Amino acid sequence: MTRADSGASQTSEPVIDVSGLNVDISVPAGILHAVSDVSFSVGPAETLSLVGESGCGKTITSLAMMRLLPRSAKLTARHIRFDGMDITNYTEKDMTRLRGNRMGMIFQDPMTSLNPVYRIGDQLEEVYMRHRNASRKEARERASFLLEKVGIINPAQRLTQFPHQLSGGLRQRMMIAMMLMCEPKLLIADEPTTALDVTVQVQILQLLRSLQKEFSMAIVLITHNLGVVARMADKVAIMYAGKVVEQGSVQDVFDRPTHPYTRGLLECIPRHGLTAGHDKLGSIPGIVPSLVGKVTGCSFRNRCLHAEEVCAMRDVALRPVKDNHDYRCLFSPEELAGAREGVAAQ
Amino acid sequence: MNMAAQMKDAEAPVLEVRDLTRVFSIGKSWLKEGKPLRAVDGVSLTVKRGEVLAIVGESGCGKTTLSRLMLGLQQPSGGDIRVLGEPLVGVDRKAFARRVQPVFQDPYSSLNPRKTIGQIVGDPLIIHNVGAPSERLARVETVMEQVGLPRRLVNSYPSQMSGGQRQRVAIARALVMKPEVLICDEPTSALDVSVQAQILNLLQDLREELNLTYIFISHDLSVVEYMADYVAVMYLGRFVEVGPAKQVLNTPKHPYTQALLDSILTPDAHLGLPQLDLRAGFPDPLNPPPGCRFHPRCVKAMDVCSKSTPKMVRIDDTDVECHLYPAKD
Ligand SMILES: Nc1ncnc2c1ncn2[C@@H]1O[C@H](COP(=O)(O)OP(=O)(O)OP(=O)(O)O)[C@@H](O)[C@H]1O
Ligand SMILES: Nc1ncnc2c1ncn2[C@@H]1O[C@H](COP(=O)(O)OP(=O)(O)OP(=O)(O)O)[C@@H](O)[C@H]1O
Ligand code: SF4
Ligand SMILES: [Mg+2]
Ligand SMILES: [Mg+2]
Repeated sequence: MTRADSGASQTSEPVIDVSGLNVDISVPAGILHAVSDVSFSVGPAETLSLVGESGCGKTITSLAMMRLLPRSAKLTARHIRFDGMDITNYTEKDMTRLRGNRMGMIFQDPMTSLNPVYRIGDQLEEVYMRHRNASRKEARERASFLLEKVGIINPAQRLTQFPHQLSGGLRQRMMIAMMLMCEPKLLIADEPTTALDVTVQVQILQLLRSLQKEFSMAIVLITHNLGVVARMADKVAIMYAGKVVEQGSVQDVFDRPTHPYTRGLLECIPRHGLTAGHDKLGSIPGIVPSLVGKVTGCSFRNRCLHAEEVCAMRDVALRPVKDNHDYRCLFSPEELAGAREGVAAQ
Repeated sequence: MNMAAQMKDAEAPVLEVRDLTRVFSIGKSWLKEGKPLRAVDGVSLTVKRGEVLAIVGESGCGKTTLSRLMLGLQQPSGGDIRVLGEPLVGVDRKAFARRVQPVFQDPYSSLNPRKTIGQIVGDPLIIHNVGAPSERLARVETVMEQVGLPRRLVNSYPSQMSGGQRQRVAIARALVMKPEVLICDEPTSALDVSVQAQILNLLQDLREELNLTYIFISHDLSVVEYMADYVAVMYLGRFVEVGPAKQVLNTPKHPYTQALLDSILTPDAHLGLPQLDLRAGFPDPLNPPPGCRFHPRCVKAMDVCSKSTPKMVRIDDTDVECHLYPAKD
C-alpha cells in the first residue's frame, strides 16, 4: 500500500509535453478563455492528475491534446509534443492515425465513445483491425484477453451485447478495454471512476496501474476526487478558472499545499476522526468567476482569504515553491502560511 | 445521563421501520409470471429525533427503493413504517409528505426549470393547502433564509444558479412543510468538494437549529463518518450491519463492511492504492446467492455460508448478519 509501486522513470523523454496551451471558445457573450497558459509533461509509466472544480478546464485541456475540441474553439500553444513530435499543427488525418491507436481517451460519459447500435465486440475489434491491419480472429482474441484483464467474467458472451445492456460499471470497463486494444502510449482518463462503487473504483484503479506498468503507458487522470489523486498520481496540476494554480509531485503538493485554493480544497474533505457535531468543514466561499472576456489580476481573488488590492491589479505568473513545485500567487509561501496562522489564532 | 437525554430517550422514535419488503416483478406480461426481485428484503430500523442514520452499500443494493418506501412514493410489499408511533402504510401520501421530505442527488434535474425559486420552494404549501397566500410567501422567505439563499433570488430560475445554490433550493423546498425527517439520497455526490462542504455544514446547522432527523444515503464513507450517528450497511436488499457509527466504522464486523472501509481513499499522498479483501463477481439480484448473499465475494466464507442464511446477532451495540458471529440459541 506504500508508494514503492510508482515506477515512473525520471530520465526518459516525456510521452506528452504541453507548453503554453490556450483554448479560447467563442460564445454569444464573447470569448471564453477556457484554458490559459497550461504547461505540463508526462513520462512513460507516469500519471499526472488534473484536478479542480467543475468548469475549470480539465476536459477542454484533454480534448485539446486529442484535438477533439468543438469547432467554436481556438487552440494556440508554444508546442504540444507527443512522443517527440510536435502535433500542434497536425491535420485531422494525422490525428486520426494517432487517436485510438497510440493516444486513447476514456471519456467522462462512456456512451460518448461506445456506439449504441453496434455490438461491444465489433467496436473493440474494429479499432484493432483498423490500426493494426489485423484479422478479425486476431482482434477477437485480443478483445477477450483484455476483457478478462479488466475483470469481466465470461467475455465471449459480453462481446455479443450492446452498450445499453450493460451496467454503468461494466460499460466503464468496456471503455477501458477498448482504449487498451492498441496499447496506447498515452491514456487520458476523464473521471473514469466517478460513477462507480467505491470497491469497484479501487479495482479499476489497480487495473489501470498494472496495465500502465506493463505497457509503460503515460496517464493523464482527470478527477475531482482528491483521494484518487493522492493514491494514484505521481504529479498533480491544480486548475482554477482555466489556469494551473499549483503543480508538482503529489507528495509535495499534498504535504505542503501552498496556493490558498489548494489549501482550501484539502480542508473541505471530511477527514477521519472529524464529526459534524464537533468540527466544521473548511469551505471556499463564493463561486468560480466567469471566464468570458479579459481577466486582470488573480482569478481566485474574490474567494481568497489572503486577497489584497494588488491581487486585482497585477497578473500572476507561476513561481516556484521549490524545484518542481510551482504555485500562482503574489505572496510568498511564508506570507501565506503566516497569514493563515493569524487567521486560525483569531 | 442527564435529564434532557432521559426525556429524549422516553420519546417515541421519530421513524420506525419493521420488516420492510419491496418486491418488483421483472419481465411480467399477460403471458407469463414475472420473476421476483427483492429490492428491499426485510429491513428494520429505528431513528430517534435529532439523529442521523446513514445507509451505505453498492449500486443496486436497494437504498433508493428503501427511501422511496419511507417517503410514501412507493407501496411496500410487506412490513410497517411508523412516524412518531403512527403507522403510515396505507395512509394517504399527503400525510407522509408533511413529515418525511426528500432531498435528491441531482440538483440539476430535480428542479423544474420553468418555475421560479419562490414557486419551487412554495409548491408543497399549495399542494397541501397550507396557509393563506401571504403566509406562504413569509414561510418561503423564512426557509430561504434558513438555507442561506438571499431573498432577492426568489424570482430567479434554477438555470441562473450554481450547483450549490440549487441544492440549497432543494433543501428549502424540503423544509417548507416543517417535516420531522429529511431523507437525503446522495445529496452531495454531484457537487464539487468545496460546495459539498458548504452543504454538509448547512445540513448540520439545520439539524441543530430545527432538531431534524436525517436518513443520509451516500457512497462516500468519509462523508458518512463525518455526518452519521448510526450506520447501516446494505447488501442486496438487506441490512448486514447496523450500529453506532463509531463502532461500525472503527471496528467493522461484517466482511463486506471491512471491504467498504478498505476502499476509502484518504488524501494521503504517501499511500498507494489499498488491497481489498473481496472476490470478484457482481451478484445478480434476480438470482441472489443462497445462504449468505455475500458469500461468493467473501474471503472468509465457510461451508455453512452457502447453505444457510445467517441470523442477525447483536454484538456490543451493533447488529450483524454473518456466520462468523453465530447466534446463541
Ligand atoms: N462546447 C463548449 N462551448 C462553450 N463553452 C464550453 C464548451 N465546452 C466547455 N465550455 C466551457 O469551458 C470551460 C471549461 O470546461 P471543461 O468542460 O473543460 O470543465 P471541466 O473542468 O472538465 O469541468 P467538469 O468537472 O464539470 O467536467 C467551462 O467554462 C465551460 O463552460
Ligand atoms: N421500479 C422498478 N422496477 C423494477 N426494478 C426496480 C425498480 N426500482 C428499482 N429496481 C431494482 O431494485 C434494485 C434496487 O434498486 P435501487 O435503485 O433501490 O438501488 P440503489 O441502492 O439506490 O442503487 P444506486 O446506488 O445505484 O442508486 C435494483 O436491482 C434495481 O434494478
Ligand atoms: S494572488 Fe492574491 S487573490 Fe490570488 S490566491 Fe494569491 S492571495 Fe489570493
Ligand atoms: Mg469535465
Ligand atoms: Mg439510488
